[in-house]
Amino acid sequence: MSKVSRRKLISGGLAVAGGASGIAVAAKLARRYGLIPPDAGGLYGPGEMLTYAAQRVLTRHSLAREFSPSQISTKPFANAVDPLGETFKQLQGGGFADWRLAVDGMVARPASFSVAEIKSFPRRSQITHLACEEGWSYIAEWIGVPLSYILDAVGTLPQARYVVYRSFQPDWWESIDMADALHPQTFVTHGMNDGGLPVAFGGPLRLRVPRQLGYKSVKYITRLTVTDSLKRFGKGLGSAAPEGGYAWYAGI
Amino acid sequence: MAILGVARRAVTARHSAVVRTTHWLTTLAFLALLVTGVEILISHPRFYWGEYGNILTTPLFKIPIPASRGTVPTGYGYVLPDQNGWSRYLHFQAAWVAVLTGLLYAAFGVFSGHFRRNLLPARSDLSLTGVTSVIARHLRFKRASEDEPWSYNVLQRLTYLLVVFVLFPLVIWTGLAMSPAIASAFPAAVIVLGGQQSARTLHFFVSIALVLFLLVHVAMVCLAGFRQRMRAMTTGRSATNME
Repeated sequence: MSKVSRRKLISGGLAVAGGASGIAVAAKLARRYGLIPPDAGGLYGPGEMLTYAAQRVLTRHSLAREFSPSQISTKPFANAVDPLGETFKQLQGGGFADWRLAVDGMVARPASFSVAEIKSFPRRSQITHLACEEGWSYIAEWIGVPLSYILDAVGTLPQARYVVYRSFQPDWWESIDMADALHPQTFVTHGMNDGGLPVAFGGPLRLRVPRQLGYKSVKYITRLTVTDSLKRFGKGLGSAAPEGGYAWYAGI
Repeated sequence: MAILGVARRAVTARHSAVVRTTHWLTTLAFLALLVTGVEILISHPRFYWGEYGNILTTPLFKIPIPASRGTVPTGYGYVLPDQNGWSRYLHFQAAWVAVLTGLLYAAFGVFSGHFRRNLLPARSDLSLTGVTSVIARHLRFKRASEDEPWSYNVLQRLTYLLVVFVLFPLVIWTGLAMSPAIASAFPAAVIVLGGQQSARTLHFFVSIALVLFLLVHVAMVCLAGFRQRMRAMTTGRSATNME
């Protein structure tokens, strides 16, 4: 073996070892700062990890653009939803007086709120853009209470990392990290455009996550679960979206 | 002298290893972006201008194809299968490959002198007669000059500069401007384009421009000698060396 090739071998080996340990350190840091999405396994894992980590670093505290009342869409599109069934119709017939939003998991005081109680909480509104992953969008005013207010009321434990939220529709459930859950524009909404929240748009209660695409703004929410891990929910991919082939993080 | 010239060229690669690697990585990423981009477009083949738009508002224009969503009024009696899940995953993963490859290529282009030497046209070639003479040669289907396998003519240089420094940055910018999270962090990037729906429409047009470039690029490679040019971009060697 000539000296040159041995030198090449050693420097090549060092480069590989350096690269591998660099990746290992990056992975450790990413895990420590919560930059790995729950659907990071599989073929598209590297891209998902890069997107989520990059956007979390750039947008942790950024506020979604807010618009003026004159920019509100005169023709918002509600999108189609699966049939809601008889039980929902009965609840609707009773003016949603029996609708409950349960809050459980890693909280000091698990609770269950009626729509009237939610409406009695501090009222906030935002005029934001709702975009669907398909490409269409509308601008609307959303009225509700910041999710952080509800999380404070029930006493979120310090180890909380995600909030899982479920819809009256059993196959639509999602989750967000604490950066989005505690974000000042993440609302439990009960009104829209200065009125009530129509059923087509998610009434009586819809979680609004304005820095992500429409499918993260789940309609007809019934339960919030605060957790430190998404492994125990569904197939452990974070939400219904990745189980149906869609990304868990929908900031892009 | 001629023999010396050939001998010198025989050891010099036509394209450097970085150019060849980044060229093919970009090709792979671009094809993935194109296929998945078409799939995503099929879920809503309508385009708007401004901040918002949906099936209840008037589109700027529509693409006359069936859609993969039953809610879109296309005039066709059927709905295509939904391919958006994997298409969106792959679109963004391929976009990362394109962006990271592009950054490597740009850094190399600046520091190695590749941009200055190979892409920046000589001042003398930038005259009107210089440009029109190259266009006239193309229109008459004249064969490439002997130097052409070794250097780009002024039209090629201008086209590559346009693709590298205008179209690729624009397609990345308009793509990112559709992201609600990016829009929250960099609102000006959306406002300058005229809104999120304008960004989507511009993304479509820039993509069309890139596809047109790809078609002409491949056609010119075929006309100039497909095997020889493919070899030059893959192994770095040009067949003229051996002759």
